[in-house]
Amino acid sequence: MIYGLCILLFLIGLYAVVTKHNLIKIVIGFIIMENAINLFLIMLGYRMGGKAPIIWQDAAGKADIAAFANSAVDPLPQALVLTSIVISLGVTALMVAICLRVYQRYGTFDISKIRRLKG
Amino acid sequence: MNNSNQINIAEHSEGMSLVVRTIARWVKSFIFIFGLYIVFYGHLTPGGGFAGGVIICCSFILVLLAFGKERAFKRLSLERAGALDSIGALGFLLVAVAGIFFAGTFFVNWLSVPAAGSINSLLRKIGVGEFRLLSAGTIPVNNIWIAIKVCASMYLVFALLAMLRINDDTQEDL
Amino acid sequence: MKSFLIPFFVVLPLGAAFLVVLVPTRLRKIADVLANLCALMLLIAAGIVCVKGITGVYFVGGWEIPVGISMVLDGFSGLMLLTISVITFASTLYSVSYMEQFTWKTKFYCLFLLMVAGMNGVVLSGDFFNLFVFLEIASIASYALVGYGCRHEELEATFKYLALGNLAALCVLLGVAFVYGLTGTLNMADFSIRTAGYMNNGLLIALALFLTGFGLKAALVPMHAWLPDAHPSAPTPISAMLSGVFIKATGVYALVRVSMNVFPPMQLTHEIILVLGGLSMVVGVFMAIGQWDFKRLLAYHSISQIGYVMIGIGLGTPLGILGAVYHLINHAAFKSLLFLGAGAVEYQTGTRQLRQMGGLRQRMPVTSSSTLIASLAISGLPPFNGFFSKVIIIWACVQANRYGYAVAAVIVSVMTIASFMKVQKYAFFGKLKEKWGKIKEVPATMQIAMVFLAVLCLLMSLLIVPALRDVVLQPAVDSIIAGTNYVTFAGGL
Repeated sequence: MIYGLCILLFLIGLYAVVTKHNLIKIVIGFIIMENAINLFLIMLGYRMGGKAPIIWQDAAGKADIAAFANSAVDPLPQALVLTSIVISLGVTALMVAICLRVYQRYGTFDISKIRRLKG
Repeated sequence: MNNSNQINIAEHSEGMSLVVRTIARWVKSFIFIFGLYIVFYGHLTPGGGFAGGVIICCSFILVLLAFGKERAFKRLSLERAGALDSIGALGFLLVAVAGIFFAGTFFVNWLSVPAAGSINSLLRKIGVGEFRLLSAGTIPVNNIWIAIKVCASMYLVFALLAMLRINDDTQEDL
Repeated sequence: MKSFLIPFFVVLPLGAAFLVVLVPTRLRKIADVLANLCALMLLIAAGIVCVKGITGVYFVGGWEIPVGISMVLDGFSGLMLLTISVITFASTLYSVSYMEQFTWKTKFYCLFLLMVAGMNGVVLSGDFFNLFVFLEIASIASYALVGYGCRHEELEATFKYLALGNLAALCVLLGVAFVYGLTGTLNMADFSIRTAGYMNNGLLIALALFLTGFGLKAALVPMHAWLPDAHPSAPTPISAMLSGVFIKATGVYALVRVSMNVFPPMQLTHEIILVLGGLSMVVGVFMAIGQWDFKRLLAYHSISQIGYVMIGIGLGTPLGILGAVYHLINHAAFKSLLFLGAGAVEYQTGTRQLRQMGGLRQRMPVTSSSTLIASLAISGLPPFNGFFSKVIIIWACVQANRYGYAVAAVIVSVMTIASFMKVQKYAFFGKLKEKWGKIKEVPATMQIAMVFLAVLCLLMSLLIVPALRDVVLQPAVDSIIAGTNYVTFAGGL
């Protein structure tokens, strides 16, 4: 059920990208979509009341793998999300730069006025 | 005293108000040191190269915002940031490739004792191993390279986007 | 040294990219040498891989799957590596002179080599998430390269390309999330073992997301809108790279790998690929035939030719896949050559409009003859390479009782001939216009690059000979057909 909310957020972003006429709003739509997916990935690995995914030692000095697997949250999605945040940072920076350049050339952010390419 | 302060303001008329500049002068070094802390302890506590690099970059961005671009570029010019950007990436790659020569596999943690075969005793001497300085092998080394890379590239992104002026003169006819 | 060969394809262009950007602009000759050296080394390494038939699995950092990241080099990857390296080599050679008209050549080489590293990574990666990461490395570099000129149309095309490319990447990422949530693994081979041919609705959604994402990258027809804008707007060497190999490495390769090898092959996927392929083939050529912009016309033909490849893949028969793989590498050669030729014309005349050209054959003999070879090859006339691969695909359609697709393929081929006759007539033949009286042939490095690809167009028709086919094409075909083989091979079982 809670995953459905992530998908809803994704669709909100998609709605912004598809219907908005302002370049900056489109960029914001993409950011919303990226964050929806990141949230979805984090939710996949989350566990109610889970511990941080660090293997700890018990009193005898042994790593308690079984207890770790039972109680810790899944660390892999967190690594994935970190990577995808870095990637989306790069894409967003590039998008904003292109938007600024487009504004410099066309003097508008409205995509219905930026129409030179046809056919 | 008062007089010299006046000159100071005139010099950096590009920056923000006196309050902001005074606070920024105090805070910037603490932000820088906190960033270094995050980088160097990245293998033991939450944090690491990316987060630390962004924090270090914030101190430069603060200088850029508070004192204007002349003073910020005196500390870290765009050319130097560009060079640091690629040096960071190259260093990371070098550490990864060094794994092939020291332990036979690309990207292996060759500074850790189980992975390194022949140079094992040498590594022990220079402080590699559990509860030694380099307890996490290549991870802190990589963190430092990543921090350099991230700091330089974030700074470049911010500075270039901030400097891109939109003026009507350059606008061509539609 | 063999163990180092697999990461070498990613490490070398990455390292060279960051090294090149350190070269100051006034010493850009060093950057030229460095980039070309890198391309040459990649070409040699890819040649060794293909000729010796080297295959293998590489565990990055020594962590075995399913824990670590693996890089898989099988027959299909090897062939794609060779294709990428050949086109990279030609394009870098070409850009030595061509890119002099732009500022900041070192930055161009940096982005170019990053794109190559990303594509090599896509072709080699053995798990879903790494595929996504390399896809993004290649894509971000290509977005920046498309808008390299910063003129009106280029920026507009870049934003369109950026938006749709980012949408594709997000679809892939969501697919990765679904795969991880449902199976708990990201490694492709491990995923295949765990699902063992079993599909549920969640996995179907993941497959649909992958098909959408990679289909967008491959510019299959309902998702093709960005390509005719983006490819012509880029600087010419990049157009050649994008049309020649980029859409194949990040689109076709990834699509085939995921839908044929990793997910269980299903009739449904084959049908979807067939329909999309047929649509792209027909719509692409119809749009192309009315174009007067040289590079835009070529971009539409890319859509159409990718349609051929997808039909061959969608048939699923060994012959169809052989035709598809063969056509894929042929298209890389002749479409890159055509783009380089169009760029050479633009370099000298400053225009891309076919109506304004005319009679350039007298002034630019090398460009004109190599473009003629490529035109004949793309139109599918013997003895050039395009003929044989098209015949194989059409014959495979007939064998699989898909007569409609066979007829469509023949008609599209005829229309391709018509459209390239127009190009040749308006651009190179006919009377020389007065204003082009003074133009000369392009610089030597550009000529060498074009002649290299033109010779390749002729030589690649020899791949139809069984002895050569078994060495170059057959490993790729085998690795596509045998889905389960991929699992046992990449899983190291």
